[in-house]
Amino acid sequence: MILDTALLSRMQFGFTISFHILFPAFSIGLAMFLAIMEGIWLKTQNPVYKSICLFWTKVFALTFGMGVVSGIVMEFQLGTNWAGFTKAIGGVLGPLFTWEVMTAFFIEAGFLGVMLFCWDKVSPRMHYFATLLVVGGTTLSAYWILTANTWMQHPVGFHIVDGIYKVDSWYDIIFNRAGFPRYFHMMLAAYITASFVIASVSGFYLLKGKFTEFAKKCFSFAWLALFILIPTQLFVGDATGLEVHNNQPIKTAAIEGVWDTQAGAPLLLFAIPDQKNQKNLFEIGIPYGASLINTHKLNGVLQGLKTVPPADQPKVAVVFFTFRIMVGIGILMLLLACAAMYLRYKNRLYDTRWFQKASIASAPLGFMALWCGWLTAEIGRQPWIVYNHIRTLDAASDVALRDVMISFGLIIIVYGIVFGVFYFYFLTKTIRHGPGELDEKDPHQPFLYMPSKHDEE
Amino acid sequence: MEFLALSWGLIIAFGVILYVLLGGFDLGIGILSILIRDPHQKDIAVSTILPVWDGNQTWLVFGGAALYGAFPLAFSTILPLMYIPILVMVISLLFRGITFEFRLKAERSKAAWDIAYFAGSIFAVIAQGLILGTFIKGFTLLDLSNLHVFYPWLNSFGFMCSIGLVLGYSLLGSNYLIIKTTGKLQELSYKISSCLQYLILLCFIAVSIWSPYLDPAIKARWFNPDYMPFLAILPLTTVGLFIYHWYSLRKRHEIAPFWCAIGMFLTCYIGFIISIYPYIVPRHITYLEAASGKSSLQFMLVGAVIMLPVLLFYTFHSYRIFRGKVTEPIKY
Repeated sequence: MILDTALLSRMQFGFTISFHILFPAFSIGLAMFLAIMEGIWLKTQNPVYKSICLFWTKVFALTFGMGVVSGIVMEFQLGTNWAGFTKAIGGVLGPLFTWEVMTAFFIEAGFLGVMLFCWDKVSPRMHYFATLLVVGGTTLSAYWILTANTWMQHPVGFHIVDGIYKVDSWYDIIFNRAGFPRYFHMMLAAYITASFVIASVSGFYLLKGKFTEFAKKCFSFAWLALFILIPTQLFVGDATGLEVHNNQPIKTAAIEGVWDTQAGAPLLLFAIPDQKNQKNLFEIGIPYGASLINTHKLNGVLQGLKTVPPADQPKVAVVFFTFRIMVGIGILMLLLACAAMYLRYKNRLYDTRWFQKASIASAPLGFMALWCGWLTAEIGRQPWIVYNHIRTLDAASDVALRDVMISFGLIIIVYGIVFGVFYFYFLTKTIRHGPGELDEKDPHQPFLYMPSKHDEE
Repeated sequence: MEFLALSWGLIIAFGVILYVLLGGFDLGIGILSILIRDPHQKDIAVSTILPVWDGNQTWLVFGGAALYGAFPLAFSTILPLMYIPILVMVISLLFRGITFEFRLKAERSKAAWDIAYFAGSIFAVIAQGLILGTFIKGFTLLDLSNLHVFYPWLNSFGFMCSIGLVLGYSLLGSNYLIIKTTGKLQELSYKISSCLQYLILLCFIAVSIWSPYLDPAIKARWFNPDYMPFLAILPLTTVGLFIYHWYSLRKRHEIAPFWCAIGMFLTCYIGFIISIYPYIVPRHITYLEAASGKSSLQFMLVGAVIMLPVLLFYTFHSYRIFRGKVTEPIKY
């Protein structure tokens, strides 16, 4: 494989967006969690909930900040590295991004300040209102971005004039039918991801016997939420699969490893796709499985990869395995959530040591499933950047390979050090420090900001 | 169509100047942080921007997104040509934003994060100066083979602009500190501002004399006898603002220097727009040529008309909530 500007740009984009996605996903989930906890606190006035809010707000702030700054890199890369793409479809995706910034981004950034620094400066109700706005902002923000991505998967509502995409119907684009299951799939993934982190951190406190009151509430809530969220996610995931099969049959073929068009295609549990010879080397499958899942009919027809030239096929092996890893993690998650329910039923949820350890270890599960899901969606779309319309190769900018090497090198260093090492360092530091004991005299102390006027001297 | 394109040109210009002013003082404080030796004072200086920096950055994101949607041709022409400065800028902003959060949480490694914070701030500003320089000088649209050989943004005028922007942002930053702080830190800020203003005057004069010689079109526009009496108002206003700035610093006014600095930025920015109008990729593509489809511009404009007043109102409101002196570092 020759390293060219387009390939290196893809690697750079893939690298930066893989880091970026972690932060919004985690903060979308955390924001929702904070809104629920603050609501319970307002209702019950139980100080444990306040300490839950204060602690997780710290984690939220750190994560949200990362999301904002890594998002700026994403935005400008669309121009620096993907000029061909921008020139053609800027008029379609640009307005969506602009609406996102105007309706969601500013709201989040503005009210985050209130959420973080104004526990004492505004009334509890006003503070809760700010929290809800931040939740609303993150939810809406995800919708705009998913809408843009869905358009790349399933472009609708446009006509082309001299290679430039002009919009006919904003309604079709914003309420793209293909987008709804994908959006809910993503939101649930974000909630699940955050829940696993919450379960992990509170499991750690339970194991260490620290901050027990705080940890029990978080632990119990997170596992209960997961028990509801994960089965729901299976249904939404299934709906997403149907939508993918409708609009991108070749992606479905890659996911299922189907080379020849067939009715009643088997669900391959394992196989080694061999793209060169256009077949699978080794297959273990359940008869009719893939057709049943993707069409909801035993004898449903799945279009084979061979119906398009090899140049129009995605990298089958990558799509095939990332999808299986995602589903595998999903099943593991479901088992864990069922175990939690069983322990709760037996009244052993807070003192089963193996389960606390399992909870601690499960922190990355959500992130991993999220990554694999996105890799399946995005690599499965290749070689197109806009499905069946613009090839990724044609979308790259005319920039020097050397420049992309410089930028990618810089990005690897900065991201590697900053996110890879220090984000986790400070995150674990915050976690080790914990929420503080409940009887602490003045929990407002850290939020002292601009007290009465007195000179420094 | 012309109306739509012009509206978007103005909205983006407005977004950019808001970013320059708001992001400017917070980047400026990042640069100045290296001059503030006392750790406690440094914490206070950083605390003055902590609640607002997120919102300030958002104007850059807005400008980028709006340019992407309203003038895709400009976005896709400018960014690859400015590849290195743009990426250095966004990576520096990312690095800076993160060190911002980290230095709050660090204890032993705080000194290292302080340096990182300074470095992220100043590199972002230098990159912005290089981009600004290219905008004034005009882009050189080269074919690909030439692009591999040299960088169009790498020139002495660009560095002149970088120096000007570093000094200008620092002035905004130190004037902001004058408003927000008391005691020794405020005194230090007064001293820094007093020094900076002379350096900035020099830069202003240098850029004003230099830029007409860069491009005959700029010269023709500014020295056209029909426009000259009107255009002369701009440099004269700048000089007036400078004098009042100098005076208010001497008199130890707290609020006036900041607004004078903002005024100077505004006059320079208007001058910049007069120099490049109607080009969005100077000397090659006008804003009309780069505009995207009618339906895109309309759809965006609906959003802007509804949302921008709301955004401005609560940007103003959030500054109001956090008004007053900062005397203790904040944490969360």
